[in-house]
Amino acid sequence: MTLYNSRIWRNRIGITLSMLAMSLGLIALLWILWTLFSKGFAALSWDLFTQDTPAPGTDGGGLRNAIVGSGLILFFSMLISTPIGILAGIYLAEYGRVSKFASFTRFMTDIMLSAPSIVIGLFVYALFVVTTGGFSGWAGSLALALIAIPVVVRTTENMLKLVPTSLREAAFAVGAPRWQVSLKITLRAVKSGVATGVLLAMARITGETAPLLFTALNNQFFSTNMAEPMGNLPVVIYQFALSPYDNWVNLAWGGALLIALVVLAVNIGVRVAFRNKHKR
Amino acid sequence: MSEPSPPAGIDLHAQQVRKFWLQDKIFHHATQLFAFVVLAALVGILVSLTIEAWPSLKAFGPSFLWTNVWSVPDDEFGALAAIYGTVVTSVLALLIAVPISFGIALFLTEICPVWLRRPLGTAIELLAGIPSIVYGIWGLFVFAPLFAEYIQPPLQALLGDVPVIGGWFSGPPIGVGILTASIVLSMMVIPFIASVMRDVFETVPDVLRESAYAVGCTTWEVVRNVVLPYTRVGVIGGIMLGLGRALGETMAVTFVIGNANRINGSLFAPGTSIASTLANEFGEADPGLHIASLFELGLVLFVITFIVLAISRWLISRSMGSEGL
Repeated sequence: MTLYNSRIWRNRIGITLSMLAMSLGLIALLWILWTLFSKGFAALSWDLFTQDTPAPGTDGGGLRNAIVGSGLILFFSMLISTPIGILAGIYLAEYGRVSKFASFTRFMTDIMLSAPSIVIGLFVYALFVVTTGGFSGWAGSLALALIAIPVVVRTTENMLKLVPTSLREAAFAVGAPRWQVSLKITLRAVKSGVATGVLLAMARITGETAPLLFTALNNQFFSTNMAEPMGNLPVVIYQFALSPYDNWVNLAWGGALLIALVVLAVNIGVRVAFRNKHKR
Repeated sequence: MSEPSPPAGIDLHAQQVRKFWLQDKIFHHATQLFAFVVLAALVGILVSLTIEAWPSLKAFGPSFLWTNVWSVPDDEFGALAAIYGTVVTSVLALLIAVPISFGIALFLTEICPVWLRRPLGTAIELLAGIPSIVYGIWGLFVFAPLFAEYIQPPLQALLGDVPVIGGWFSGPPIGVGILTASIVLSMMVIPFIASVMRDVFETVPDVLRESAYAVGCTTWEVVRNVVLPYTRVGVIGGIMLGLGRALGETMAVTFVIGNANRINGSLFAPGTSIASTLANEFGEADPGLHIASLFELGLVLFVITFIVLAISRWLISRSMGSEGL
């Protein structure tokens, strides 16, 4: 009876601790979100979108230049990383099932997925900023693209692997060449999955700060010139949050809320959309 | 699936086949080239960091790794304080994160009602989606003040007089410091470790679980004696993945570690990590030895995380089949 009791109790303690761990995780999520929403919404106003970042010691101001800058940098980094990522993903899925080179690439891609982003920033600084003679929006886009590529590669590959072999064989049987089968049959069959991967990659790099510190730098003024240093939300948040001015700290919270809203919307959106698709 | 070679046949048909064959060849090599981009980036990082770090590598040699100086005016640099901060915060973060992640994975696979699994799993994954800069400002403005007021003093009163470990909790409770950074880091790596653990727990065949339940095992015993031994390799892989993440995390740590380039025995004291030193100093670094030393720090960080992540991926893919993650 005592052995029985001790087993029961051990089980109860284990399950309780497990539930406690789960609630800790949820509390952490809710706490961060609550802080973000309460402080962020307080900072939201039209000025945030219509005015540029303020000079030290001046009142008010907004984040217009940073929002536009972030948008441009993100747009170009996705423009670079989407085709590279998808084509590399096609290679791994369609040609690379048995090749040594492909499994090596797959392994390295997985490592790049978690590689420290600040090191990517250093790399682009050494490769691009030093050689082109200065910080620029292009350098920022390049750094973010390097972070996005592995995400796109792996989701594309995983999606393509879900396509039944019979579909490929049917296309081959009617005489389609391999590149047409890859691009027009299998890729089309999983296009929503690949789009999901691209969106998730974008969400991933939206909040990346470290690689932008020494590439895009920052720009206090409105600029759409990608060849110059460019204002962007993450770096503005970093600088403003650590500043002594109240209105700067406020703007930092507003910017953090904007970024988090984008990231959360994409993350939740693709999950809901994907789930409905599979139910049908 | 080998390359189709152009067969001979009717002229027109052969031409068409020949054309397709060429197009396929081109397509094959084009996609291969793009796959090569990832590898090239990796090698490029190693090579370019080494080149940029060369002056420092030459000036300080291997002793860079265990020298505890960081003086810009004297041009004397050593990485020990930054390496110490990186390793201590990451290890402490894992000590906190591993049991909690295990609890979460256990809950999601064994205890949670099926209809709740998806939403709760998504909630944990969202924690991973929150940008690290948000963790940073939350840690600095919300967590650190509360930590300094309500947690550090009692911790100090409770453990401050205990021999040996008392020193870990000495010093003024100012909120930011090594311990705060570790706690924020642990929150950031929990979702990564927990989702790997959940995925490998799900690879346990139901037959094994059900047999154990059938002979009267409790849930705890099933997990302890069936699930864990079966998934041990993958679980360790998940923990290593968390370690790799924690070592390289930059923004959140920069906000809450206190940024003091020295080694202090107390966990309440401010410190620095490799990534936070880079974030703080690289922008204004003097050309010459200072910037080269920062590049060498980056190189050290990259090599350490590369090794940790390589081990992690190897273990995870071994335990989940060739699928990987």
